[in-house]
Amino acid sequence: MSTPGLSSSRFDGYSEARLLKRAKWSDGLFAVLGLLVLVATLLVLGALVADFINDGASRIDGDFLTSYPSRRPGSAGILSAWVGTTLVMIVTAALAVPLGVAAGVYLEEYAPKNWVTEINVTNLAGVPSIIYGLLALGLFVQTLAMGQTILVAGITLALLILPILIVATRESLRAIPQDIREASFGLGADQWQTVSGYLLPAARPGILTGAIVGLSRAIGETAPIITIGALTYIAFLPPSPVSASPPFVNFDWLNSPFTVMPIQMFNWVSRPQAAFHENAAATGVLLLGMTLLMNGFAIYLRYRLRRTVRT
Amino acid sequence: MATDSTLTMSTPLTAVRLVPTDAFLRRRHLLDRTMRVVLFLAAAVSVLVTAGIIYVLVSESVKFFAQVSIWDFLTDTQWTPVFQDKHFGIMTLLSGTLMSTLIALAIAVPAGTILAIYLSEFARPRVREVIKPFLELIAGVPTVAFGYFALLFLTPIFQKFIPGLATFNLLVPGIVIGIMILPYIVSVSEDAMRAVPDSLREGAFALGFTRLQTGLRVVVPGAFSGITAAFLLGMSRAVGETMVVAVAAGQQAKIAGNPLEGAATITSYIVQLSMGDLPHDSIAYLTIFAAGLTLFLLTFAFNLLAFWLRRRYREAY
Repeated sequence: MSTPGLSSSRFDGYSEARLLKRAKWSDGLFAVLGLLVLVATLLVLGALVADFINDGASRIDGDFLTSYPSRRPGSAGILSAWVGTTLVMIVTAALAVPLGVAAGVYLEEYAPKNWVTEINVTNLAGVPSIIYGLLALGLFVQTLAMGQTILVAGITLALLILPILIVATRESLRAIPQDIREASFGLGADQWQTVSGYLLPAARPGILTGAIVGLSRAIGETAPIITIGALTYIAFLPPSPVSASPPFVNFDWLNSPFTVMPIQMFNWVSRPQAAFHENAAATGVLLLGMTLLMNGFAIYLRYRLRRTVRT
Repeated sequence: MATDSTLTMSTPLTAVRLVPTDAFLRRRHLLDRTMRVVLFLAAAVSVLVTAGIIYVLVSESVKFFAQVSIWDFLTDTQWTPVFQDKHFGIMTLLSGTLMSTLIALAIAVPAGTILAIYLSEFARPRVREVIKPFLELIAGVPTVAFGYFALLFLTPIFQKFIPGLATFNLLVPGIVIGIMILPYIVSVSEDAMRAVPDSLREGAFALGFTRLQTGLRVVVPGAFSGITAAFLLGMSRAVGETMVVAVAAGQQAKIAGNPLEGAATITSYIVQLSMGDLPHDSIAYLTIFAAGLTLFLLTFAFNLLAFWLRRRYREAY
């Protein structure tokens, strides 16, 4: 295979034909190989989903969703875990989306091109999630003594997905034709009017995609939350954010201890008893369902976006 | 940049703009200035995060290295921070990390290269559009779910074929990490391959190259720095991967020589220690920051190199 067909064609027609045949044959062989690798990869994904459904789907019922974790696997549930996940995600979304979009807008539309910020964002996106956990442990839990609360977990995950949102915002801004900006400036708009009136609305679908992908990553993230020391037995709910009496809304829940679904799943899968593994699988089915749905929706949005841009 | 102020200061337009007197324009100008500062502060947060990470890791590690010499840290072959006889040899944890990473790369590098060549040179655009989302879905699966899959699904199957395979081992988590980083490697290297101009392909086809020959001798060399960057980024992810090894690779800190046995990695050690309730001034508590600093430096080096390589191929075409 080291000599291409051309060089040997000088000598005789017979070997040329053979080389050509062999080249075509290896071409076909590679196509088959590529397909095989592809099918194998997708099979693994399929096996994973099937395994979870097989092990855990039957365990999911009303009681499972409305019970606290327990020493007896049969009566244990994920009430505190899914409530915790919901509340942490509210904090994460409320911080990461505005912060990420604002940072993305600044880096793309305002800041001069600068390799320090470029490296910074690329590097942040590649920092292992557990390092964010160490940051939160050292800074929020230790130095600022904020405790292992919903607020700390929400901030940590928000910082973790910040690069995803920044990159998504920048890429969708970059895709907007320069004419739009020039037209806006030409009409006498200043930079903020251009950004808020024309660029952000045009970039909205791309930003939404980034936000969904980022949040689905945050939902499944386990390591940083373990690192801040939140792997504990939680059999109560945080104080309710809304109440019947004035002022109707309160933020006490931000300072409450918590657990989240991936933590609960990790806790159960680390135990030797098979009955707890079933609980872990059931939690996994719900987690997988949420993250795959969110990712699927993001992919659909991106697909539709690409089609509208093309036409 | 500050076009407004320079205009009002130095040009006759001052009289027309009426900035100081018109309340509407003044408000508008103020909003523009304010938002500029607000957006700048948001961007500054992302830089502060990096600074915060480095500060926390370094300041806690300094306390650690005040008690343990760097030489011992790098050369000791035992890791027993919570025992009576304390040893702090990071090589034990590092060997576990490197072993699982090597296994992951042994899966992801060949499979990723084949898939990337297949997608960029062989698959029809319609097929590619359908397949890539499915690969992206793999990247969306929570890592703790992959851990469960490795421990309770794959390991029992592998044990039927490999007799000496322990329940907690490095082989299966390594393979699973390989599958996890595969979509990432494929998407970055396919990106690089597609950046190779079509004129090079057309030239190769005109010379009688087949698709495979074009792929291997024209496109892959042309996209080489981008493909290397993809491997580096995959490697950085494999090194930092936590939950799969925390669930399925065991917690025994030892020099990992046999992939059929379990061993702790840097990441699984941090998880293991964080689950306990250690006093925050103890040396054992400080070890997770020293281990974290090692991990950060490793991934930072890989990411930086990959950044540089990717920028090079972008400039090339």
